[in-house]
Amino acid sequence: MGYNQDPNVQPAALSGEVTMPAALAEVEPVQSVRTPAAIEYIATPGASLSAYLRAMKDKKILGDKCPVTGQVFVPPRGVSPVSGQRTTEMVEVADAGYVESFNITRLPIKSRPDLNPPYVSAWVVPDGANVGSISLVAGIEPEDVRIGLRVRAVWKPDDELEESAANILHWEPTGEPDVVLDDLRVIGKPGDAQ
Amino acid sequence: MRDIAVVASMQRQEKSIDNESEVEYMVPLMHGVKESIGITQADVGFTCSGSSDFIAGQAFSFVMTVDGANPVPPISESHVEMDGAWALYEAWVKMQMGEIDIALIYGYSKSSGGSLRDVLATQMDPYYVAPLWPDAFAIEALAARQLIESGKTSMEHLAELASRARDHAASNPNAVRTKAKSVADIMAEAPLMDPLRPSDIPASADGGCALILAAGDRARELCERPAWIRGIDHRTDAHTLGVRDLTTSMSARIAGEQAGVSDDKVDFAELYAPFTTSELVLTEALGLGDDTIINPSGGALSAHTMMASGLIRIAEAAQRITNGDGDRAVATAGSGPNLQQNLVCVLEGE
Repeated sequence: MGYNQDPNVQPAALSGEVTMPAALAEVEPVQSVRTPAAIEYIATPGASLSAYLRAMKDKKILGDKCPVTGQVFVPPRGVSPVSGQRTTEMVEVADAGYVESFNITRLPIKSRPDLNPPYVSAWVVPDGANVGSISLVAGIEPEDVRIGLRVRAVWKPDDELEESAANILHWEPTGEPDVVLDDLRVIGKPGDAQ
Repeated sequence: MRDIAVVASMQRQEKSIDNESEVEYMVPLMHGVKESIGITQADVGFTCSGSSDFIAGQAFSFVMTVDGANPVPPISESHVEMDGAWALYEAWVKMQMGEIDIALIYGYSKSSGGSLRDVLATQMDPYYVAPLWPDAFAIEALAARQLIESGKTSMEHLAELASRARDHAASNPNAVRTKAKSVADIMAEAPLMDPLRPSDIPASADGGCALILAAGDRARELCERPAWIRGIDHRTDAHTLGVRDLTTSMSARIAGEQAGVSDDKVDFAELYAPFTTSELVLTEALGLGDDTIINPSGGALSAHTMMASGLIRIAEAAQRITNGDGDRAVATAGSGPNLQQNLVCVLEGE
């Protein structure tokens, strides 16, 4: 097609000097463009996560059990991140647990106008699970939240339940004595995976 | 150069994998390929993968799949937002440095969850082209039109390539488009993206591939007939479609020369050719003649799992060498619109 085949020579289309047509000489230059982009997906969460989401509708929390170490992971992913093995057994964990760590957020988030700072995001480990996930803790002054605090899930009203982790609005203190973390568990010991 | 070979591979491709997440269906491949040659992750010096967040529709999607590689205690690992063939290239370079003997490579995607033809528009120029959301098939139809108008091919010839791919795919358990179709029947197909017909376009699939590279004597221990990588190179053409000749592929030609494709007879070639037109361009760019069997697996026309399709070409070629079906093969991987980027790999048995 007449193109130069030598990779070291610039293509003809790029070699000349670029000049604006005279008709555009007085036109205001474009400072910015807006090119909205959106792609829709149908997410297929897979076997384990599907079971977890379905159970959420019945106010149950399911986890995956590692076939090698026996550790329980919530939310389940279908594979043990410690042994790398496919998990085959799902177990129900409690909708009560403890705060493993937390932060106090003092800045508003645009996508969550329902959250009024300051609020507490916590890493909550349900009883029966070896890992936790990020959750909100409410019903307590942020300054009073602490590692080891016992909490229980506050669910949406029954008629609003969906196949969604959003069914848990937040976790609130149970009033039980704090747990001592040293007694509980050690995740990901190299020995566990062998 | 260190001698490095493909010693094992495992793949799965289906029209859509509905009930398993990527990591759920990749773990059996990642573990299975190691088990098939009696090694564990502890034997693997480097793990490298290829996948795409744009296809998964999820940020850092590859991290979850790393869970399946048995990363405790921590492993040496890397990821490319490219076809797994480039993960293989990264591992090959690392192995050349002599520090590791075995590498695990995998590539995968589950494109059925989104519209791949639209997702691929996001790889185009973000200012002038991507905002128009050009359909990926329509972009290739531009090349097809030029190929036909220039006299390099005809609708009949393209139909022959499509018909042959279906015949080859009949014996491939991982192919998803396997139904035989005559040239006449393909000629009668209504165009999908004129001039491309349904048989000219890839059979999109969900799935993945896992593969083991091993060096020197370690490869000979693990595999009766390793498929040695005798040459590997990858090149990129210009991103802007208007500045390149879509009827040829300079990047494939140069990569082929660097990899040494024409140094000896090529028994068969597994070409990353999602379209009949891409097969035509690659065959010419690599100088492959009538004595080379093209795409004995049926190629990407028969099963095209984005991000794995190139790695699967290498796996298919290597498996045939290991099986003794031939002594010398070429495999290619591609990326970008209209074969913008090409990787060429020459494999030989001993």
